Amino acid sequence: MLEHHVIILLMIAGAIVAMELEDMLSSVIALGAVGIGLTLEFLLLRAPDLAITQLVVEILSLIILIRATVGVKLPPEKVKGRIGYFLFAVVFVVAFLVFSYRALGALPAFGAPVMKMGSLYVKEALARTGAANIVSAIILDFRGYDTLGEATILFTSVIGVLAIVRKVGRKQ
Amino acid sequence: MRQESGMTLIVKRITRITVSLIFLFGIYIVLHGHLTPGGGFAGGVIIALSFIHLVLAFGKKVALKRISEATISAFESIGGVFFWSIALGGLLFSGVYFLNFLPKGEAFSLFSAGTIVFCNIAIFLKVGAGLFAIFVALAFLRMPDDPKEGGKAA
Amino acid sequence: MSLYALCFILFSIGLYCLLVKRNLVKKIIGLGIAEYAVNLFFILLGFKENAEAPILDKYTASQNFVDPLPQALILTSIVIGLGVTAVMVAISVRIYEKYRTFDIREIRRLKG
Repeated sequence: MLEHHVIILLMIAGAIVAMELEDMLSSVIALGAVGIGLTLEFLLLRAPDLAITQLVVEILSLIILIRATVGVKLPPEKVKGRIGYFLFAVVFVVAFLVFSYRALGALPAFGAPVMKMGSLYVKEALARTGAANIVSAIILDFRGYDTLGEATILFTSVIGVLAIVRKVGRKQ
Repeated sequence: MRQESGMTLIVKRITRITVSLIFLFGIYIVLHGHLTPGGGFAGGVIIALSFIHLVLAFGKKVALKRISEATISAFESIGGVFFWSIALGGLLFSGVYFLNFLPKGEAFSLFSAGTIVFCNIAIFLKVGAGLFAIFVALAFLRMPDDPKEGGKAA
Repeated sequence: MSLYALCFILFSIGLYCLLVKRNLVKKIIGLGIAEYAVNLFFILLGFKENAEAPILDKYTASQNFVDPLPQALILTSIVIGLGVTAVMVAISVRIYEKYRTFDIREIRRLKG
């Protein structure tokens, strides 16, 4: 029970480091550390499918983010003169935390989920689909429309990236 | 001093071995998606990573000599059309869209679970080719401060 | 219960980073942190004590699994997050190529 707390505290520390560093390459690598902490947390929460997917997606997004920061030399940040904006952001975040903490009371306790649809899927997965991996049976058979929508989103994002990049500036 | 593209000789030697291992592992995860954790998405990303490994180690010109960009976009479109035609096949077969209509073999063998295996293969083609196309497009756009040709392929 | 509170703190760190920082790449990093926190929160909701991963096995016949439905939904969400990050990085690379800076205040001034 205590290991979940430790890993989430490490993720929070990594997120604060990623936010505050001046060098962009180092902050991107700190974001990678947060992602790997999330992979460990998924393993501890008994979700191996998600752990594999999160690890490889994290590696790929690190590669893409490093591409954005290579060779960029920025001047150091100027003196921050907008103290009002900074205070507004802090007040907003604190208000969000207070309201969300009050909403936490309506959630079921940790470790005892309601599982209204989940128990139905667990009972029927092998008989109706023949698959042993229940998560695969859900995303490809019981809820196949969602997977079709996700394939469409990936296709659209590939078209978007190619359309943005493919103008003047492409290396010949 | 002769200037080669890509990384040093040690990296190139090791890459020849590891690329085939990563590719094989990705195909294993895709095909066993209904028995062990994994599935089409994770396997597709692993395949894209193996091709990216090849491009990063050998430089752009050598690696892209084998696969042109038209091939990559053809694979992605084939994956998408295949997935959609499996759904349509359920409609034609018995009137319900997305029905799992192939016979389900015995449990826990490789060819059980009807259309799930083919759906995994379709998703793997689409995701792998799409993510590799994103990487090629982003990595070969010339930034204004980049050094000229040599070293890392950028 | 305290785990949910820690998860919300992680989300608010990402939100703060998105609001306050002036660098475009830092904003992308902040959005990534917020997305990790949301994915983690869904899986925390579906956890069951002393249960196993939702994969059936030939040799054991237990039926005590964690909730598989949030895991299926978050699997989709992780891959979509990758697509969105790729599009944001493509846009910021083009902005850098045109304006030579990642600072949003400079970009606002150099119109046209």
